[in-house]
Order: sequence, then structure tokens, then C-alpha cells
Amino acid sequence: MNRMSAPGLSAATAIAVVTGLAAPAFGGPDDDELIINGDTTIITEAPAPDHMEYISTIYSGWRFRTDETQALEEDDFDNPAMLAVDAALEAFDTVEGDAGESCASCHGDVESFAGLTAHMPKVGEDGNLVVMEDLINECRTDRMQTEAWKWSGDDMQSMVALIGLQSRGMTMDVAIDGPAAPFWQQGKDMYYTRYGQLELSCANCHEDNWGNMIRADHLSQGQINGFPTYRLKQAKLISKHNRFRGCIRDTRAETFAEGSDEFRALELYVASRGNGLSVETPAVRQ
Amino acid sequence: MKRTWMLAAAGVVVAGSAFAGPPEPSEVVFEDGAVSNSLSGVPGDPENGRQIMNKGAGNCIACHEVTALSDLPFHGEIGPMLDGAADRWTEAELRGIVANAKIMFPESMMPSFYKNDGYIRPGDAYSGKAPDGLLGPLLTAQEIEDVVAFLMTLKEE
Ligand code: HEC
Ligand code: HEC
Ligand code: HEC
Repeated sequence: MNRMSAPGLSAATAIAVVTGLAAPAFGGPDDDELIINGDTTIITEAPAPDHMEYISTIYSGWRFRTDETQALEEDDFDNPAMLAVDAALEAFDTVEGDAGESCASCHGDVESFAGLTAHMPKVGEDGNLVVMEDLINECRTDRMQTEAWKWSGDDMQSMVALIGLQSRGMTMDVAIDGPAAPFWQQGKDMYYTRYGQLELSCANCHEDNWGNMIRADHLSQGQINGFPTYRLKQAKLISKHNRFRGCIRDTRAETFAEGSDEFRALELYVASRGNGLSVETPAVRQ
Repeated sequence: MKRTWMLAAAGVVVAGSAFAGPPEPSEVVFEDGAVSNSLSGVPGDPENGRQIMNKGAGNCIACHEVTALSDLPFHGEIGPMLDGAADRWTEAELRGIVANAKIMFPESMMPSFYKNDGYIRPGDAYSGKAPDGLLGPLLTAQEIEDVVAFLMTLKEE
């Protein structure tokens, strides 16, 4: 009797120690509600879109973070990404390039982009899949006659966040049919491919194991409605493609390039897994 | 003096011919997911196995909780808790699971630690770049034996 209960007890104590160290609670998303600045309600939980077979409810990554990290996103004065957004607002009004134009001289108020991010990525008139970075760089090179911004550079990601902010609180709704269908399928195939020497797919972690701890990390569903996202660990705004690159690299794989067609397709597919959540950028994550 | 030395040398040769060196990962013989022969021919060192559970290409506790390792922080919950693993599995089964878990558990998320080809876009460790030449397995034959020796200490009964 004693011999039976003693090891059981020590195991329970040890589990308590381990749980205590892994700060975020074990288990699924928390029950918190996200209301930004006291007025913008963010949908962080929604029925999964019809195309998803293995998940019935989708959650924003915000629901998996600690209370401290969550709080930084609840008020724009606390959100460290807002400095970058302010810089982008300044850039929006600044004349640059041989055409002598600023973004504002053609687009007027940045608020005119309200709603755009909720439908990105999308297929352009030429049949190519385009993401926000493509639209911005096209205006810079073709219309302003200045140099393209680097994909994950601060200038670019701050502008992507500023434009995204105009849609904050709107519901993600990217098209996956018609001309988008082949790109979406390509992205889906990638999502289920077990890359690298560790042979892990996005789905292994973000579909089969969301809510579980992997070492010190509390796994979310890997949603991109909060991107560009301010990552406290890197102390800057992170692009979607940079996050994809990091997750693939961590499977000991040869990753794809930021701005590659593969990552555009993956972006469309991952965005479509968030159809129904609010645009949340600029989010704050650990 | 000379004679003793020659005998010792002969002893080395005999040991060498009994074990021809670690097999290539593709040569390892699995029976129902288990591997009965030692991969290195040298008994495993459980203390080194314990280290591998926590670091490098092993990092088993990224996915598993192990009470015997509760001095180490952050145990994952992807795979089952490993307490009592040696009660549930034989040494040969544990060797098979660590060498290539996908034979015992088809489609398993657990990485195959003694395998070196058949990957999709393998990278050079965590560099994100393609490797220059052929990859080695995640763990060497001896490291597998060390981990198995550690797992064999996980008894509850
Ligand atoms: C010379 C005028 C001009 C300048 C300067 C300019 N754009 Fe544009 N932009 C356009 C035109 C024309 C289009 C395509 C028509 C449209 O969709 O509005 C466009 C499209 C866009 C779109 C896609 C809109 C959509 O609904 O698909 C974005 C985003 C954008 N521009 C952002 C910018 C940003 C950011 C800057 C500054 C870095 C900028 N633009 C500078 C003229 C300009
Ligand atoms: C080995 C497990 C693993 C794999 C495989 C993996 N990720 Fe992740 N991913 C993580 C972890 C850990 C985090 C940080 C915690 C979290 O939000 O889940 C993360 C975060 C993310 C985030 C940020 C979510 C947010 O709200 O900030 C996105 C997006 C993401 N991953 C997408 C992907 C995609 C796409 C793939 C496949 C190309 C992938 N991941 C593969 C482990 C993984
Ligand atoms: C990426 C996550 C992951 C990693 C890393 C991992 N495992 Fe596993 N392991 C699993 C999963 C999942 C299972 C359950 C088997 C299945 O897929 O059904 C498992 C099963 C096992 C089992 C059998 C479980 C039992 O009944 O006791 C053992 C033993 C084991 N793993 C040992 C290890 C060792 C040793 C390492 C490190 C060398 C390791 N694992 C690394 C995910 C992992």
C-alpha cells in the first residue's frame, strides 16, 4: 500500500513543479475577450470555415498568450507596435522618388484602405496572387519611381500594419474559389507537408496540437489575422512570411524565401483558416 | 612483455570483428517496430542519455513529460508521459521507437532519430539552408543506445 502510494505522490509533486515553471496554463485557449481601446471588439473565436475538416472552432493566437502579453494589445497606448505605425503614417505623407509623389497625394487619407486587409491575399487582374507587400511595392516602383522596400524591413511592415489597422475589427474573408482556387490548393498542400529532418507539418503543431505545450511554448492555431505582429522576443513587427520561415526552419528544413510564390500561396491558405476572425493587426505576441 | 602486448592487440581485433561498426540507418532491422541488436555494440550510458533527453537533436522533453527529469524546466505535452516506459516496453522496442518511431506508430509526429534520407527539403540543422552533403542521423548509434539506457531506468513497478 505504502509502496504504491509513495511514487504516485512524488510524481504529482513533480508535475506541480513543472506546471509552475511553464507559466502559461496547460490546456486550450483562455476565456478572455479582446476589446481594444474600450471600443473595438475583436472576434477571437469563431466557427471554423466550411473548408476546414479537422477543427470546429478557430481562435486568435491572442487567446493563448499570458495575461501580461494580452494586456499590451488592449490599449493602443500600451501597444509597442504603435510607434512603427506612427512612423508609417508619416511615411504615407512623405514625397519620395522621381515622380514627386507621396502615398497620400494619390490615395488621400489612409482610411480609404478600410476593408482591404480583410480580403487579402487576392488574385490581381493579371491572374497573379498578390499580398499587401506586392501592392505597396508596385506603387513605390511603378508609380512613385523609387526603390522597393525589403519584404520584412521596418518600413514595409509598418506600412502593412498601418493599412491593416484601417480594417481592425472587420471580419477576415479571403476568397478561395475561382481564380484563387489553384493557389489555395498549393498552400493547403504545403500546410500538410512534413518538411525537414524533423518531418513536421504546420498541421502537426497548429492543427493536431494547438493548446498543448511544446517545450516552453503554448501552441496556438498559427493564425495570421494579427500580422504584422509585434514580437516581444524580437522587439519589432514581424511579417507573415518571416514567421512562416521561422516555423519551417525549426523543423530542420530548407525554408522558402520571404516573398516567394510558395509563401504567397501558403499565406492565402492560412488566411482562409482564419475567415471569421477579426483583423487584429498590429497584434502583440511573446 | 611483448607477448602481453600482442595478446591485448589480438583482443581488440576480436572485439572489432564481433561488431562491424554501426549499421547505416537503412540497414537497421526492425521486427514489429523493435530493434533487438545494439546499434553501437557498446552498452548505453544512461547519464549521457539523460542529457540528450534535454538538449540538441534529442530534446525529447520538448514533447514528453518525464518525472525523473523534473529538475529541468518546460516539459511538453505532445507525446505521452514517459514515466514507466520500461514497464510498458522491452529494450528492443524502446530502441526501435527511438531509432524510428514511425515504424511502431505509423504517421507519428515523433521524429525519426536514426534515419538520414527520405526527407522533404531537409536543412542544415536550424540554418534554414540546404545541407552541403549528406545528412547524418539526428542521433548517432551510441547516442541512441544512451537514450535507450536512460529509458530503461524509467520503471514504476
Ligand atoms: C501616383 C499615384 C500613386 C502613388 C504615389 C501611390 N499609389 Fe497606391 N495605387 C495607385 C493606383 C492608381 C492604384 C490602383 C488602383 C486602386 O486600386 O486604387 C493603387 C493601389 C494601391 C493599393 C491597392 C489598393 C487595392 O484596393 O487593391 C495599395 C495598398 C496602395 N496603392 C498603397 C500605396 C502606398 C502605401 C503608397 C505609398 C508608399 C502608394 N500606394 C502610392 C496610385 C498610387
Ligand atoms: C514544431 C511545431 C511547429 C510547426 C511544425 C510549425 N509551427 Fe508555427 N508556431 C510554433 C510555435 C511554438 C509558435 C509560437 C506559439 C504559437 O502561437 O503557436 C508558432 C507560431 C506561429 C504563428 C504565429 C501565431 C500568432 O498568433 O502569433 C503562425 C502564423 C505560425 N506559427 C504558422 C505556421 C505555419 C504556416 C507552419 C507551417 C509552415 C508552422 N507554423 C509550423 C510551432 C510550430
Ligand atoms: C515532436 C514531438 C516528439 C519528440 C521530439 C519526441 N517524441 Fe516520443 N513520442 C511522440 C508522440 C506523439 C508519441 C506517441 C506515439 C504516437 O505517435 O502514437 C511518442 C511516443 C514515444 C514513446 C512511447 C510512449 C510510451 O508509451 O511510453 C517513447 C518511449 C518515446 N516517444 C521516447 C522519445 C524519446 C526518447 C525522444 C527523444 C530522443 C522522443 N520521444 C522525442 C512525440 C515526440
